[in-house]
Amino acid sequence: MSSTPILTVEDLQVRFPGRVATVEAVRGVSFEVGREKLGIVGESGSGKSMTGRAILRLVPPPGRVTARRLEFEGTDLLAASEPAMRDIRGHRIAMVLQDPKFSLNPVMPVGDQVAEAWRVHSGASWRESRRRALEMLEAVRIRNPERVYGAYPHEVSGGMGQRVMIAMMLAAGPDLLIADEPTSALDVTVQMQVLAILDDLVTERGMGLVFISHDLNLVASFCDRVLIMYAGRIVETCRARDLAAARHPYTQGLLRSLPRIDRPVAELAVLDRDPAWRDGPTA
Amino acid sequence: MSLSRSAPAILEVDGLHVIFGQGSDAVHAVRDVSFRVAEGAAFGLVGESGSGKTTVLRAIAGLVAPAAGRIAVAGQVQRAHREPAFARVCQMVFQDPYGSLHPRHTVDRVLSEPLAIHGFARRGEADRRIERALSEVGLGPGFRFRYPHQLSGGQRQRVSIARALILEPRILLLDEPTSALDVSVQAEILNLLARLRRERGLTYVLVSHNLAIVAHLCERLLVMNAGRVVEELTEGQLRAAAPAEPYTRQLLQASLGYDRQAAAQLTTFD
Amino acid sequence: MTATASTARLGPWRAWLLAETPASRAQARLGQAYVAWLGFRRNPLAMIGLGVLIALVLIALLAPVLTSRSPVAQDLGLRLKPPSAQFWFGTDELGRDIYTRILYGSRITLVIVGLVVIMVAPVGLLIGTAAGYLGGWVDTVLMRVTDVFLAFPRLILALAFVSALGPGIENAVIAIAFTAWPPYARVARAETLTIRRSDFIAAIRLQGAGPLRIVLGHVAPLCTSSLIVRVGQDMAGIILTAAGLGFLGLGAQPPAPEWGAMIASGRRFLLDQWWVATMPGISILVVSLGFNLLGDGLRDVLDPKVG
Repeated sequence: MSSTPILTVEDLQVRFPGRVATVEAVRGVSFEVGREKLGIVGESGSGKSMTGRAILRLVPPPGRVTARRLEFEGTDLLAASEPAMRDIRGHRIAMVLQDPKFSLNPVMPVGDQVAEAWRVHSGASWRESRRRALEMLEAVRIRNPERVYGAYPHEVSGGMGQRVMIAMMLAAGPDLLIADEPTSALDVTVQMQVLAILDDLVTERGMGLVFISHDLNLVASFCDRVLIMYAGRIVETCRARDLAAARHPYTQGLLRSLPRIDRPVAELAVLDRDPAWRDGPTA
Repeated sequence: MSLSRSAPAILEVDGLHVIFGQGSDAVHAVRDVSFRVAEGAAFGLVGESGSGKTTVLRAIAGLVAPAAGRIAVAGQVQRAHREPAFARVCQMVFQDPYGSLHPRHTVDRVLSEPLAIHGFARRGEADRRIERALSEVGLGPGFRFRYPHQLSGGQRQRVSIARALILEPRILLLDEPTSALDVSVQAEILNLLARLRRERGLTYVLVSHNLAIVAHLCERLLVMNAGRVVEELTEGQLRAAAPAEPYTRQLLQASLGYDRQAAAQLTTFD
Repeated sequence: MTATASTARLGPWRAWLLAETPASRAQARLGQAYVAWLGFRRNPLAMIGLGVLIALVLIALLAPVLTSRSPVAQDLGLRLKPPSAQFWFGTDELGRDIYTRILYGSRITLVIVGLVVIMVAPVGLLIGTAAGYLGGWVDTVLMRVTDVFLAFPRLILALAFVSALGPGIENAVIAIAFTAWPPYARVARAETLTIRRSDFIAAIRLQGAGPLRIVLGHVAPLCTSSLIVRVGQDMAGIILTAAGLGFLGLGAQPPAPEWGAMIASGRRFLLDQWWVATMPGISILVVSLGFNLLGDGLRDVLDPKVG
């Protein structure tokens, strides 16, 4: 955990005004991210994905984002103009989503897409970009970069697609990566390989990583710190290795309701939702 | 794979092969898979995507035609098309709660249709069975006339389970029944499945990529990779981290969570 | 997401329709229809389209009330009079009141459109779903037959049928129906191919349902919304085809006040007595536009995934 945070979020709120009622997806979330791996865990409807998108101001309309403070390396993200945000997105803050199929251009070979990302960032020539693209494909442990370079998105497996996404993101060398369920659609062994790549990136490049997932065990084993979200708020913050000693009943309930290979139980503990959690104190 | 002679096998799969497509585009999804399941047992099929585990399940259900091999359910060898009586022996619960219920049918219609098909259509009889099926899966009578889009994922899965059980089958095929559900809902559904099995003496064949879930519900499991059987082991062996095959060991290791050293040693098995 | 719902006080009917736990099939179905209606009501253009349809039906029903004259009564002394207080739309070349003729002509339009739709939509639905679900040679044969009908331009094919069968409204309806059904079969087949792979179809197959029950009870209901949308959009085309046939003298025969025939006979007076051809022309325009808007509005409500 480094000294100065890369990202500071204070009292972030995301609201969707509707005809009948306003949906409050994120209700006052505050946290800091340094050059570390921060995990945000929650079930569906907890607001974890919206938090990630709100940082990049990618919340779809009619959503409105407000915060007391949303600062990235000295830049106020709330007050920044749209051109300034476009400059930040992809270059200084990058985002990796769950399914590479939806993020990659289906009619362009993947290698060209990586090369294009490099060209847009550095302004280099086409030939130089190609060379760099092959280098980046190797950096994400793709064994046969030339062959994969010419493949189309539908021809590569899920794990390969995610690695291509990471390679595209590497081009600009961002300081912060927001990953929203990046490995949920992958097989468990491929998951491990992709996470190892992300792990090395954080260590080698001093990048910050916000890892959003519903998989509590995965986040606990991969990240440095963990935030647990429930109904749009953070109910628990702790170090990943201290997760078993979590204090909030929701976290404890989640931990107990997971089946474990090393600890057989006759019946899984069912989470008893206390309505007080919705409005109780945040962590 | 030894099964005691005294327990009759309610499900026998021998030398199953399933091939999709033809000629050069053919995909050999299942290669020479064999196993037996005793009545009342819970049997798991574990593997990653493309392992063929779901295809095996669909072949047992008769939704997919085998290219070769023999499938016997309750002593009867199954041919290309399933007899109507098969529905009263074997049913299936699907993975996606959002796709397994007809969007325009109420819960009442979903549950009454199988009864109508099999001749339980007398009004009083059908009503009784429907209400009992709903309460067995923990849904009150207020759910009876709702549409699927008015139900949560967990509630839809309960309706799917009620639908599967309303004909009182002996075997339940479960295709990743909780993978699309939240963790807290998953625990409820797994408990429900365990309870129903105990109370009714059902036989389960559970497909999952999640070793922890398989270990929780099943006594024996079959590990598959790329269409082939890797090994068959018991729940005890799995929990004791004593699988024989390196593929299974790797799968088990990855299931325990992220570990940098372990990730470095992962190899691809083809 | 956490929603803070506003507590609106609903009237007893609305509360019953929007109830969270319906107590009967009827309540559930009516509730869904009501919700769909609320969505439809929000679209002003769609409401205009619905208004046009309702107006057309009312005019057709109430024609004798809205005018005291007869559509076929001639008065050669009053021929080609311009619109006035006495004759709101003027008179035609035989002295007949054009306003009255348009009112009665709406019945013919409605009958043609109604009959064509009633014949064409179910036939197209059955052929399309059967082809899509059964596949194999059934699919091939049915689709090639569909292709044959689709290959001809609609008006030409209708002309051919009417020429063979003889002129008249009934034969015009049959001719238009023959040309209108192929797109419905295509749409139904395309939907069926997607639906066929769903888990809920697999589930009902596994419960022992035969193909007939599956196609009629499970596949067809899911195709109906695309078909309804298609009908709404097609009605304008059907009206225009009928008008075209009428224009060519092959639809309704004189003295029936069919709008297309009225345009045909009024064509030669277009420059000096513009009202003879223009009034029926505007009627066709308004009705076609109304049906188009209705079709688009239905699409937004029934098939919300588009756009």
